[in-house]
Amino acid sequence: MEIIKSRKLKYEYIKYDDNGQPCESYTAVKDVDLDVKAGQFISILGHNGSGKSTLAKHINALLLPTEGSIWIDGTDTKSVEELWKIRQKAGMVFQNPDNQIIGTVVEEDVGFGPENMGIPTGKIWKRVDKSLESVGMTAFRHRSPNKLSGGQKQRVAIAGVLAMHPKCIILDEPTAMLDPNGRKEVLAAVHELNKTEGITVILITHYMEEVIDSDKVFVMDQGQVVMEGTPREIFSRVEELKKYRLDVPQVTLLAHELKKAGVDLPDGILTTKELVDKLCH
Amino acid sequence: MIRDITIGQYYPADSVLHRLDPRTKFIGTFIYLVSLFVADSFWGYVIATCFLAGLIILSKVPVKFMLKGLKPLFIILLITVVFNLFLVPGEVIWSFGFLKLTKEGIAQAIKIGIRLIYLVIGSSIMTLTTTPNQLTDGLERILHPLNKIHVPVHEISMMMSIALRFIPILLEETDKIMKAQIARGADFESGNLIQKAKGLIPLLVPLFISAFRRADDLAMAMEARCYHGGDDRTQMKPLVYKSRDYVAYGIVIVYLGIDIAVRVLL
Amino acid sequence: MSLKLEHVTYTYNPGTAYEMHALKDISLEIPAGQFVGIIGHTGSGKSTLIQHFNGLMCPTSGVVSYKEENIWQEGYSLKRLRSQVGLVFQYPEHQLFEADVLSDVCFGPKNQGLSNEEAEKKAIEALQQVGLKEKYYKSSPFELSGGQKRRVAIAGVLAMEPEVLILDEPTAGLDPKGRDEILDQIAYLHEQRKITVILVSHSMEDIARYVDRILVMNKGEKAFDGTPKEVFAHYKELEQIGLAAPQITYIMNELQAAGLPCDCSAITVEEAKASILKALERRKND
Repeated sequence: MEIIKSRKLKYEYIKYDDNGQPCESYTAVKDVDLDVKAGQFISILGHNGSGKSTLAKHINALLLPTEGSIWIDGTDTKSVEELWKIRQKAGMVFQNPDNQIIGTVVEEDVGFGPENMGIPTGKIWKRVDKSLESVGMTAFRHRSPNKLSGGQKQRVAIAGVLAMHPKCIILDEPTAMLDPNGRKEVLAAVHELNKTEGITVILITHYMEEVIDSDKVFVMDQGQVVMEGTPREIFSRVEELKKYRLDVPQVTLLAHELKKAGVDLPDGILTTKELVDKLCH
Repeated sequence: MIRDITIGQYYPADSVLHRLDPRTKFIGTFIYLVSLFVADSFWGYVIATCFLAGLIILSKVPVKFMLKGLKPLFIILLITVVFNLFLVPGEVIWSFGFLKLTKEGIAQAIKIGIRLIYLVIGSSIMTLTTTPNQLTDGLERILHPLNKIHVPVHEISMMMSIALRFIPILLEETDKIMKAQIARGADFESGNLIQKAKGLIPLLVPLFISAFRRADDLAMAMEARCYHGGDDRTQMKPLVYKSRDYVAYGIVIVYLGIDIAVRVLL
Repeated sequence: MSLKLEHVTYTYNPGTAYEMHALKDISLEIPAGQFVGIIGHTGSGKSTLIQHFNGLMCPTSGVVSYKEENIWQEGYSLKRLRSQVGLVFQYPEHQLFEADVLSDVCFGPKNQGLSNEEAEKKAIEALQQVGLKEKYYKSSPFELSGGQKRRVAIAGVLAMEPEVLILDEPTAGLDPKGRDEILDQIAYLHEQRKITVILVSHSMEDIARYVDRILVMNKGEKAFDGTPKEVFAHYKELEQIGLAAPQITYIMNELQAAGLPCDCSAITVEEAKASILKALERRKND
C-alpha cells in the first residue's frame, strides 16, 4: 500500500476583505496525484512559489485540500478524529531552524513531541536517547539550541520528529538557510535514516545536487507536477528544467553541452566519475 | 556576543541548592521572606543572618554575584533608609531645619535596610541556583490548582518558556537590524526625544514583522508536533520530590519556628 | 581611491573566558572598480570583515582606511563613509520597513539630507538599475517575492550612490533562476556604475564567473587571495578547510588525470566545453 497517496489535490488560498468576505483567491496547488511507497526517498523540486511548500503542508494535515483528497497510510487527512495520528505518522521539518525548536535545552526539545502524544516519562527518555543518537547529536543534548550551528539545529529538529516514531518525514527546504557544510550534514543524516530505519523521506528543495540520490523526483511549477521520474530521467531534460526556473548540476550541464556539440555521450550524466569514464574509456 | 547574555541570572554550579526541586526553592524563599518580617528583634536578625550565611555557603555561588543583584536597588534602598532616618518621630539627637534625626529613626532605618538587603539576597539565591526553565516548571506545578478556577496555568508557563528561548534570538536580530539601518544612514542616537522615538521606527517595524513571522512559524511547528494544549500531555522531566527536598522543608520550617519563638518569647 | 586594511585584528570579549578572535592580522587592499568575491563558511570571519569596511565595527588593533584616510581618526565622519561604502545585509527583511517600496528606497538618500524630490529621483534611478518593474513601486515591500525584496534592499543602498557596494550573501534562499538573475544584475551594476563591488558568498560556483578576485577566509585569517583561476588551483587545500572549488575544476582535473589533456584552469561550463572539445579533437587526430 502507498504511504502517501493523493488524487486531484487542489488548494486555494483565499484572501478576506475587511468585512470577512472572501475577495481574492489564489490556487497554490492543483491536480496533484502522488503515489509514494513506504521506504522511498522522494524529492520535490520547484522554484520559489511553485506550490511545493503548500503541497508539503498537506502531507501532515497542516493544510486540508480545497478539492480532492490525500491519504496518509490509508487515512484521509480530512478525518478530524485522526488528525493527531496523521501528524505523528508524517513528521515535518521546516526551513528556518530557529523557528521550530521549542525547548531551551536540546534534549527537552526532542522530548516535546512525545510529551504531546502522552507517552509515559520513561519511554520518552528512551525515544529521546535513540533519536539524538540517530542524528549524531547525543554530545549536544544538554546544550542550548541557540549555541548550535544551523546544520546542528536542523539535526535537532529531525531528532524531534524522529522521537514521535513517524513513518515518513517531510523536509520543507531544510537546507535553504544553511551553508554548504550544514547542507551536507543534514542531507547525510536524512539519507542515513532512510537507509537504516527505512523511513520514507520527502525532501523539498531547489538545490539540484541534493536530489541526485533520490529514488524519484517530482518537479512542480505553478502548483502542478510537471515532471516526474528518476533523477537521471529528470536531469536529461536540461532545457525543460531551465523553463521551470531550475538548473542542473554543472557536470550534467557540461555533458549536455558536449553532446549538443557532437560528442557521443548518454543523456542525464549525474556525476563527475560518469563523465570522466565516458570521455576516457 | 549578545547571545551570551544570560536571562535571569543563573549561575551554573553543582550544589545542594542547585539540585533542589524548584518548588522547594520557591516555597522556601517565600517562607524566608515571611520570616524576615517576623524577626523584629536583635536575636531575630542574628538567626536570619546565620540562616542566610548558611545558604550562601551551600549555594557555592560567589558572594560578589549576590551583591550584584543589589546594585539596581541601591537608589531605592537609599531613599527608604533616608526617609526612615528623618521621618520617624521620637527622641531627637540632631536637627537641621525641619530635618530631625531621631534615635528611633536610626534603629528603624537600620532594620529596614537589613531587611531589604536580606530580601534581595535571599531571592537572588533562588534565581542564581535555578535555571529559568526550572523556575517556569516549578511555577506551573505550584499554580496548578488554579486550573480549577480556569486560569490557563499550562499555557502561561509555555508562553514563559518560549519567551525565554526567543529573547536571545530577538536581541541578536535587533542588533542586525540596527546595523542594516545604520548602513543606510539611520541615526539612533542624536536628536531630542521625539526625533529619537521617530528614529526607532526603522528598527521596530522589521523587528515586529520578524517576531510575528517567527510566532507564526513556531505555532505551525508546534502543531506539526502534535501540540494541543496541556490536556493529556505527559512530561519528560516531571518534578518529583526527593528526600533532600523533605529535609530542606524541615530545615526551613524549624527555622521559621525558632524565629516565631524568639519573637514571642524574647 | 581604495579600501585598505592594515594588520586588522578583531577580538570578541577580550580578556574574558569567551574571548574569540574573529579576525587575525588581516592586511588587504581593494582598489577602486574591482569586483571581489569573499568566500568562507559560517564563522570564518567574513561577516566581521565586511563590517570593518564601512565602520560598523571598530578593529581591536590595526588600521582601516578609505581613500588614504584612517576612518577611526578623530573627526572622520563615519556617516559620510557609510554612504560611500554601502553595505547590503543578507536578509532584506532586516531593513525593509516603509509602507511602500519607493519610500523605503528613499530612506537612505533622505538620511543624507536630500529633499523629498531629490531622494525620490535617486530612488527611482536605483530601482531601475536593480531591474524592479515600476508597477511594484507603490506595493508594500512585504508582499514581494524573495528575489524582489532583495532588489529593493539593494536599491535602498544603491540610492545613496555609494562608490563601493558590499553585498552579504545576496542569493541566500533564492531558487536557481532567481540566484542567476540577481548575480547578473549585480554584474550589470558593476559595469554600469563603475563601482567597486564586494560579494560575500559561500558558494564558489555562484561567483566564479563574475569576480576579478577571490578572497578566501578561514578561521579569521586570509587563506587565499587571487584571481579565481589562481585560487581554484588550490582546490585540494580548499577542501581541507571545508570549501569546495566549482564542480568544473574537479571534472577538468580528473579528466587530465585520466589522460585527456584539457585545461585545468577552466572555471565555467563554456570554458570547459571549449577545452574538452579541443582535447578530444587532438586525441582523434593523433
